[in-house]
Amino acid sequence: MSAVTTPQPTAGERAAGFARTLVSPRGAVFLLLIVLLVAITVLNPSFAEPSQFIRFVQRVAPVAIVAIGQYFVIVGGEFDLSMGSVVTAQVVIAGNLIGQDESKSIPVLLFMLAFGAFIGLVNGLIVTLLKVPSFIATLGMMLALLGATLYWTGGAATGNPADGFREIGRGGIRDLPVIEILPWSVVVLVVVLLLAVWFARRPFGRTIIALGDNPTTVRYSGARSWWVKTSTFMISSLSATVAGVLLVGYAGVHPSVGRGYEFTAITAVVLGGVVLGGGRGWVVAAAAGAFALEALFTLLNFAGVPSTYRDAVQGAIIILAVAYAATTVRARRKGRALEAPAPEISPTPSSEPASQTSPAPAEEQDAAASARPAPIPSTQRADNETKGGS
Amino acid sequence: MSAATATSVRRGRRRRLDSSLIVGIALVGVIIIGAILVASVGRNFFSAGNIRDILTGMSVLGFVAIGQTLVILCASLDLSVPYVISLSSLIAADLMAGNPANIPIAVLAVLVVSALIGLANGLIVTKLKVNGFIATLGTGLIIKGYLDTNYKGTSGEVPWEFQLIGATGIGPVPVSTLIMLVVALAGAFFLARTRTGNHMFAVGGDEQVARLSGIRTARPVIIAHVLCSITAALAGLLLASRLGVGSPTVGVQGGYDLLSIAAVVLGGTLLMGGRGSIWGTIGGVAIFAVVDNVMSVMQVNPFLKDVVRGVVIVAAVAVYTSRSLDRRRPRFGTGAAEPDRPDDRSAPPPAAAREKEASA
Repeated sequence: MSAVTTPQPTAGERAAGFARTLVSPRGAVFLLLIVLLVAITVLNPSFAEPSQFIRFVQRVAPVAIVAIGQYFVIVGGEFDLSMGSVVTAQVVIAGNLIGQDESKSIPVLLFMLAFGAFIGLVNGLIVTLLKVPSFIATLGMMLALLGATLYWTGGAATGNPADGFREIGRGGIRDLPVIEILPWSVVVLVVVLLLAVWFARRPFGRTIIALGDNPTTVRYSGARSWWVKTSTFMISSLSATVAGVLLVGYAGVHPSVGRGYEFTAITAVVLGGVVLGGGRGWVVAAAAGAFALEALFTLLNFAGVPSTYRDAVQGAIIILAVAYAATTVRARRKGRALEAPAPEISPTPSSEPASQTSPAPAEEQDAAASARPAPIPSTQRADNETKGGS
Repeated sequence: MSAATATSVRRGRRRRLDSSLIVGIALVGVIIIGAILVASVGRNFFSAGNIRDILTGMSVLGFVAIGQTLVILCASLDLSVPYVISLSSLIAADLMAGNPANIPIAVLAVLVVSALIGLANGLIVTKLKVNGFIATLGTGLIIKGYLDTNYKGTSGEVPWEFQLIGATGIGPVPVSTLIMLVVALAGAFFLARTRTGNHMFAVGGDEQVARLSGIRTARPVIIAHVLCSITAALAGLLLASRLGVGSPTVGVQGGYDLLSIAAVVLGGTLLMGGRGSIWGTIGGVAIFAVVDNVMSVMQVNPFLKDVVRGVVIVAAVAVYTSRSLDRRRPRFGTGAAEPDRPDDRSAPPPAAAREKEASA
């Protein structure tokens, strides 16, 4: 209901894909989102009013944008743990450099984008040229960037950017008929999501997915894998920058504003059915994962669950969601790979390899199929699994 | 690209260094630089007090990193350790309640609870096929929810007898560090000499090959997770003994999840599993401790410390990775089969080969 009437960008596309994806594990996140939204509406009917709902979308926008950025990194087979620090750094930069001088807004905004791209470039080059695992490279960037930001401000972030700049995060187009106000954050989210969907469908976007699926074949097919991988880190840092611009308006300047964003983003992406280790997943599902996560928090709020239990419920939900997707996907893939007529075999732990323990994509994805050591992929599988994706 | 690879192959042939040895060299380098820096501000790096500070700084992270090594060897991760640490410090302090007679039962309870958490982690990873990253992130959040709901602040009281563990030392060596080294020794023995330990290398190296070789692949992973939670609980006990109370935030404040993973990787263990050693990890922990100590002595701004830490992690791993990629290639003859392999996850070598080399 409300999910369908959402002024989401890809409304038509989503409606068309809905029936197709809901039955698959990849669509589980949409099913989860609908269930959560219905549950919230039952507890609090006013939530379904358009003006209330658009506020919800506005609140989710930064998280969803960060999740979209993280999607490209994860689907390319890596992690970006530095996103939270990038968000904090950008918020502090906006607060300190713009100050009350509204004329500085545009130059500083450009500087922030350049800074975000630069951070992503550094991350990417450390991963691709120095061959440091992305987990470690971005962990180092997370520590260094947050430390540098706090050092710069002396630990207590001060200063607010001019109201004109904050308007991006908290203002909107007012006096609209049904929804009263169309927040700029929602517009930005829609634009980012459209861009992401378009980008993921481009050959370059497909190369990212291929890179996550099997780096060897991508290299043999002549792609500049170092540049493709570096660009994913630049995308994620840029998305963290955009989220920072929205957050500085919505939440103000605070040194802990970006704390935990990297894990929230990874959780949302994984909730969206994107496989850690890369090669599999849909960017819209990743954004839907962010919506599902926030809807979950909203539901717990309305249900009167103490806020301290939020984390516990979040933990349980992500384990269950990933377990559901993992076991179902594996069952299907096993059937397909072996060309067996019964694709619905549920996995029996004793006879199956525990494939999900490894973040390595090649091992994970071929586990059920065969034991061949050479990582030449089965093209058929790649096509089937990433088709709807992007 | 291929030219660079060719030179690296040659370099790899010329010098084949054991991974623990490289970490040791890095550690010596860090110590020399640190000693010079400390001397430049007129202090003695090798004074008994300073050595005790460094060794004390090693102990907590050391415990966590030992367990984390086992989990990472199995190609999994454990992000729940900070919450296990906090929970164990609270359980210990609450059960002891200032009475020395309660120490054994409190320690036992902590170990049992942590083992159960590790068992849950292991079962979720192996039976539900959830990626270790997500599984332990989830269980960590569940424990965090429990902690936040039931504890508003520090709680319990640790009797003086138990606090002695964190406070006393033999010469400049604190007892806590000795216990940590004994645990490390046990861990190294476990990996090198027991069947399950060897299976961990095999499963982490290549799970399918391990399974086809007749190994029950789930069991080593579960045991690694159980042991990791237990060592995290030991770290929690140690922190409780130092603080005198249990604290619900002590684990998160230390950032032990990411720092322990960084220490393990710094110690030469592959994040993708199947290769690594406990002693390398201890070396990684020691590098952290020395860097932290030097920065404290030089009174570096606490925020700048994080910057230095981040740079050290990346730089050290960058130096190490180029080495470890070289080191593997000679196994494959001329390397003609895979002439250029920037991402070594794409073609894991046979588990048995890695197992032999890694445990050597």
